[in-house]
Amino acid sequence: MKSSLTIRICMGTGGIAAGGADVMAVFADQLATKGIRADIRKHCSIHKVGCRGLCAKDVLVDVIRNGDKTTYQYIKPDMVERIIEEHVVGGNPVQEWAVGEDYHQFHDKQIKVVLSDCGNINPEDIDSYISAGGYSALEQAVKMTPAETIALIKKSGLRGRGGAGFPTGVKWEICRSVDASQKYIICNADEGDPGAFMDRSVIEGNPHAVIEGMTVGAVAIGADKGYVYIRAEYPLAVERLRNALKQARERSFLGKNILGSGINFDIRVKLGAGAFVCGEETALIASIEGLRGMPRAKPPFPVYKGLWGKPTVINNVETLANIPHIIRKGAEWYASFGTEKSKGTKVFALTGKIRNSGLIEVPMGIPLREIIFDIGGGIENNRKIKAVQTGGPSGGCIPAELLDITVDFESLARVGSIVGSGGMVVLDETDCMVNIAKFFLQFTQSESCGKCVPCRIGTKRLLEILERVTAGKGRLGDIELLESLANDIKATSLCGLGQTAPNPVLSTIKYFRDEFEAHITKKKCPAGVCRDLLSFVVLKDFCKGCGACKRVCPAGAITGERKQTHAIDPEVCVKCGACFDACKFKAIGKG
Amino acid sequence: MLHLTINGLRVTVPEGTTILDAARSADIPIPTLCHHPKLTPYGGCRLCIVEVKGINRPVTSCTTPVAADMEVATTTPAIERMRKTILELILSDHPNDCMVCEKAGDCTLQELAYFYGVSDNRFEGERRCYTGKDHNPFIGRDMEKCILCGKCVRVCEEVQGVGAIDIAYRGFNAKICPPFEKDLSCEFCGQCVSVCPTGALTGKAWTQRGRQKDVREIDTTCPYCGCGCSLTLHVRRNEIVRVSSRDDTINEGWLCPKGRFGYTFVHSRDRLKTPLIKEKGVHREASWDEALDLIASRLSKIGKKHGPDAIGGLSSARCTNEENYLFQKFMRAVIGTNNVDHCARL
Repeated sequence: MKSSLTIRICMGTGGIAAGGADVMAVFADQLATKGIRADIRKHCSIHKVGCRGLCAKDVLVDVIRNGDKTTYQYIKPDMVERIIEEHVVGGNPVQEWAVGEDYHQFHDKQIKVVLSDCGNINPEDIDSYISAGGYSALEQAVKMTPAETIALIKKSGLRGRGGAGFPTGVKWEICRSVDASQKYIICNADEGDPGAFMDRSVIEGNPHAVIEGMTVGAVAIGADKGYVYIRAEYPLAVERLRNALKQARERSFLGKNILGSGINFDIRVKLGAGAFVCGEETALIASIEGLRGMPRAKPPFPVYKGLWGKPTVINNVETLANIPHIIRKGAEWYASFGTEKSKGTKVFALTGKIRNSGLIEVPMGIPLREIIFDIGGGIENNRKIKAVQTGGPSGGCIPAELLDITVDFESLARVGSIVGSGGMVVLDETDCMVNIAKFFLQFTQSESCGKCVPCRIGTKRLLEILERVTAGKGRLGDIELLESLANDIKATSLCGLGQTAPNPVLSTIKYFRDEFEAHITKKKCPAGVCRDLLSFVVLKDFCKGCGACKRVCPAGAITGERKQTHAIDPEVCVKCGACFDACKFKAIGKG
Repeated sequence: MLHLTINGLRVTVPEGTTILDAARSADIPIPTLCHHPKLTPYGGCRLCIVEVKGINRPVTSCTTPVAADMEVATTTPAIERMRKTILELILSDHPNDCMVCEKAGDCTLQELAYFYGVSDNRFEGERRCYTGKDHNPFIGRDMEKCILCGKCVRVCEEVQGVGAIDIAYRGFNAKICPPFEKDLSCEFCGQCVSVCPTGALTGKAWTQRGRQKDVREIDTTCPYCGCGCSLTLHVRRNEIVRVSSRDDTINEGWLCPKGRFGYTFVHSRDRLKTPLIKEKGVHREASWDEALDLIASRLSKIGKKHGPDAIGGLSSARCTNEENYLFQKFMRAVIGTNNVDHCARL
């Protein structure tokens, strides 16, 4: 048997930011120097792969030698030589640089469907996707009747991964049944939630899966034109997508007469200009039509009257990336994951105060606790978990005492949050919940399109009330005013943005009312976050009079002779916290 | 036809009718700020929300088509409370200077604030403040009073086909303006002014000339061209202070810049009010009878001496179609010549 060697280098946006391109160049260079030809496919290959989830440990490199895989973490260009010397040539993996137990722990409880090929295949090579079974679903689908395909997707129980969770098969079925001369399918890749990067990673890691899913959908509903609406802020994803489209056309997976079936379908890429609201389907349609991205009232729903007034199916990236797997492996297989009403898996972007932050894919119905403590490895610095924010600016905060709930559409909705597109931000005891609510309101307010009054002015007033509460100017009755206004905004706003924008406020009040009260009545921020409510004092018993605090104070608020206890003048103090950070003796009290 | 009930009242309307139109056809009032019957439904102000049995959130009646056996309630306590919240929000970002506003007394926002009793506003905060002025000659634009109902944008696009303005910026800073916030440089038809529910858009010539309660309305026909648009002159102390047009006219309430803003010549001191007869190189004022007698005698003399083709007639685009028809008839049948033309052809 010939010896085989594969080197995979993580080159998603995260990997490249960590220096993946340099690492790859050095690998190629060094292999050439050693006389190892790295361009012979299958026997000796070196290629880039998309994100495999654990971005915190980038650059991640797999070296697969004669079938044995070793994954290295935190690889820098200067480490490459030793890996080649000892592992590639010598056959002995460099154990001290290999990933540890936490890397495996991160992956053990995950079930990867959408992400199954991300991190394994080369996203820039269609053959890499095909050799992993790619495009076999499309080959199957063109032989099936649209009704059969739709029945299969319905049976799988797949629900939209963009946030609302509408059954995908039902959406396709409605669109199929509408009589029209032209239909469209749109892939919504306008991922805009702060901290969310699921869709970007899928497109960067496996763009062909999205194209294949979309083509299957187009065949099923009878669309011959498709659009991928993707944010211009995702340049790598756009580049890989365009490259993949070109390759798919060359192989007859797209274009005229797909795979000899007589079916025509092609996809255009439309770049979004970075408006969060364009993730809302009617605003997205307006944007493709060249109008200002503003939502319109539904009904009519896009499946009846969408792009250019024609029936249009809009599916999220992750939804579409599920489709090839369902066609290939069957509806029963897919439905075997998840709960009764929420089938399959869901990708989450796990961030915040968590040890293993990154991209995860878990079966629906997994307990939240397992995500946080098993996959995520618990809270950074052994602090106490306070809450988990799910669903981004449309979602809510789930308090630590509810960690045993399962993660699926229904359970999260019951506790006042949502699955949403899959953002999951872990908060610990050093996070102020009023401040968190304020952060999300700042986002939604600045991203409101301005069309309807409750969203345009209502979220502004919510934000202003939160601002005065965090500035210590909260008034009695502000909590009730927040609740009343938030509920009216939810009820009366035009689109999903406004209807969900108050969720972060309502859920934090629901579970952390005492923190709001502390800000308003005691003028204290229990988490010590809100600057205006903090005061800094020198603790006499600990102060050595070293003068470190005095030197860093930008306001000249600290006085004191050398080796004498210092003092902070609260009138002059700007509460920047520099003294707190500078003191080596824990002699600065904050509270 | 579909049957539904609104506030318990049975209403029958054609399929495709919106709840708002169905309610109005049955004389059931629903407040709106962004709705205009001739423009695409917008659903922006959210005041027209109603409750529909079986739907768990309020729906905007201006955008929702009726369905068979729908049960609609337009004034439940919850709906009225939410409408008041919306008005409070709008007024929390409004100059509220009704004392000096041109539109006072004719302002939909003011009227709704009155009916909903919005005196103590629960909301306060930043208000949009714009210092820049639009130096165009006709249309006054005070964007601090704008409630972003979008009627001006839609009328400009859908009726006039111009698209001179749209919404710029996002969130609280959203603002309706011409491209790059330059001065308005459109046709100045003023359709936007006619649909604006607040004092955000007004005619510059109207400023401090009299509010709606002070004027007498006189319906007439526009003298500018053969279209013959219906005008309503707003007259105060025998002076035209404003021109508008009613929705139910042949021109559906739409006007051109001349019809809407070109009325100040009426009160010009230099305007001719009697015919002038030129004698020995000098014009003197004459009566219509004298002038017409002179024309009749001269035309007959020239006709007899040189034949009818020695006479030609030029008419004006400022005459009505009927007047122009009569004129050519007069030239052909009475004078006996085809020498007749019209300034609009030149």
